[in-house]
Amino acid sequence: MTTTESPTAASAFTAQSLERARSVSDPPTRIDRAFAAATSTAGLTVFLLMVLIGAFLVLRSRLALESQGASFLTRSEWNTTGKPPSIGVLGLLSGTVLVGIIAISIAIPISVLAALFIAEYAGPRLRRPLTGIVDLLAAVPSLLYGLWGFRYFSDQVTPLSKWLTDNLGWIPLFATDKDARFTGSLFIAGLVVSLMVLPIVTSISREVFSQTPPGEKEAALALGGTRWGMIRHVVLPYGKGGIIGGSMLGLGRALGETIAVSLLLPQIAKPTIHILQYGGGTIAGFIAQRAGGDKFTVSGLMAAGLVLFALTLATNLLASVVIARSRSGAGVEA
Amino acid sequence: MTAAVPGSATRAAEGYPSRARPAPHTLQPPRPVPRTISHWAPADVALAAGCAASALIVAWLVFAVFTDGAGWLAALGCWYLVFISLLYLTFREQAGQTVAADQVATVVIGTGAVLLAVPLAWVMGYIALHGYHALRPSFFLHDQRGVTPVKPATAGGGLHAIIGTVEQVGLALAASFPLSLLTAVFLNETRSRWRRPVRTLIDAMSGLPSIMAGLFIYATLVIPFGNHIKLFGFDGFNAALALAIVMVPTLTRTTDVVLRLVPDGLRESALALGSSRARMVWSVVLPTARTGVTTSVVLGVARAVGETAPLLFTSFGYDLLNTNPFSDPQESLPLFAYRNVQKQSQAAIDRGFTGALVLLLVVLGLFLLARYIGRQRGKSGRRGSGRVKHWMAKRPALSSRSRTDVQ
Repeated sequence: MTTTESPTAASAFTAQSLERARSVSDPPTRIDRAFAAATSTAGLTVFLLMVLIGAFLVLRSRLALESQGASFLTRSEWNTTGKPPSIGVLGLLSGTVLVGIIAISIAIPISVLAALFIAEYAGPRLRRPLTGIVDLLAAVPSLLYGLWGFRYFSDQVTPLSKWLTDNLGWIPLFATDKDARFTGSLFIAGLVVSLMVLPIVTSISREVFSQTPPGEKEAALALGGTRWGMIRHVVLPYGKGGIIGGSMLGLGRALGETIAVSLLLPQIAKPTIHILQYGGGTIAGFIAQRAGGDKFTVSGLMAAGLVLFALTLATNLLASVVIARSRSGAGVEA
Repeated sequence: MTAAVPGSATRAAEGYPSRARPAPHTLQPPRPVPRTISHWAPADVALAAGCAASALIVAWLVFAVFTDGAGWLAALGCWYLVFISLLYLTFREQAGQTVAADQVATVVIGTGAVLLAVPLAWVMGYIALHGYHALRPSFFLHDQRGVTPVKPATAGGGLHAIIGTVEQVGLALAASFPLSLLTAVFLNETRSRWRRPVRTLIDAMSGLPSIMAGLFIYATLVIPFGNHIKLFGFDGFNAALALAIVMVPTLTRTTDVVLRLVPDGLRESALALGSSRARMVWSVVLPTARTGVTTSVVLGVARAVGETAPLLFTSFGYDLLNTNPFSDPQESLPLFAYRNVQKQSQAAIDRGFTGALVLLLVVLGLFLLARYIGRQRGKSGRRGSGRVKHWMAKRPALSSRSRTDVQ
């Protein structure tokens, strides 16, 4: 190693490398190109498939929508054989929304409490099985909840429905006709659907609760707060956005619930707000029970499905916006 | 301060005991005990039990004497409300408002967890109890040939349904898995401009009610072509297509999440070592994500097995064995349960519940399999670090030997 040459050699080297900066990205190899082609094809196939489904739904429902016009949304009968046929989705839509609201208003308190228990009270030994239970609740097919509700649980709720209408019948929601049957009611359907909403609301609430900054929780405790005080003043305000977003995702799930509702409700297109008595229907359940039929009937079902799809899509999009906002806020505060 | 230091130094030099060594008999400060946030002393538990008992008596009074029975559900709700109010009142009497609110909150939040577990156990228990009667080994060996409404529930079996489910879900998985995996890779590992719209659309489509998938296949394939082309009549193939439409968005999303969990450091190291993107995905990203992807696929299959709505318009259901999914209607487990449980005869209902029990067992098995794979991943991670530890433990010996070699 002689020191006399090295400065000149080094400076020459840097000068040379500055002139011709080595390009970082290599030209793509053949495998690379094949990889890019394959993944892009798959992505675009899925994209096109989804667009195609949406387009076909619109296309196929045009027959019904054109013959009915805007009254499809305001009418509540389903007469495809009449001349002219008159079909409308209002009754089913109101049933769908009612079932969704009943389900979510039962599921929210239970889910939030359970999520609080998992996030704040359960030790690591209890937390694992509890999250397993949440996952399992989501994994059990909705058909099984439907069977349970159809053959067993609705009979257990009947006395409660009867008592409610006997004593609180002056509230329009709880009013019933004379000698009404209490099975096959929107209330029971909402109860059963709430079980299917539980896991999604619970898991999202739990996720948000567990992201609460530990510093703030410890500060609340260090100031002498009880655990409940800490939850009320730190965890719950922090997780509010997550609870709202999770509930809306759950609502989206409840609106689209098919099989359980088709077993539990008679699927009558007439609107009703008497949630305790036999009657009512939801769009998804109605479609499931009217399988088949002529071209016009199918087109009507498609149009009803389109309305349902728009409803669930709007709910889900709103939910994802709310959840994303609550998460990004969390990032700033933490 | 500067003045004090030489002073103390001289005092120490003169033989005074230094402050560092305490006198032998001075009082030690009490050892710090960590403050417990919520505390349930035995007396508190006894108090809660007393509240529960008296609430039971009040609830009994209300329900047995004053109302003519509103069902046990209402009784339970009434008991719980009375119990919570009593609990709050007694604790407030004893320890004040703050403690009372805390103790009551503990009980109420615990109830939430119970309310999560009870319905699950209830549904599974009910289906197990009602499906168990008619479950015989012959259920797995026969179809419904020759079964009339007067035959007992044990007659015939569900072989045709099981075979249908396996074939339809298998076909659906074969169609949706490669597509989902490639799409997830597309979303995560490429820099295409189309990633955003594709992701948005997939998110939107995962909210599509599953009945719409069946209706879509029915309206686009079965109605126009069903009468002319055998493949597009009611059969298992259409059901598989509908199931695939349901599976693609969920599989893509879960796989996407799993791929996102692969640390960027691994990708960057692979690229820094000169590998191409394709090589990086194939040799680094996918092997790292393998167990996660397997778990999500197993869970996706568990979901698809129980889907009933997409099958209503597509495979239609059939009472006899049809092993060919490409022509003629085919049964599957959810359809078997759904159709039978709506029939009039008790034997058919029992048969439906047997089908539901088998379905539940399949789903449960897949769920446990997914959990097992997930746990294996945790274990293998630990084993990996154990291997490193093992190697580290060996290393000193190695280095000492090398040192002796040098000497």
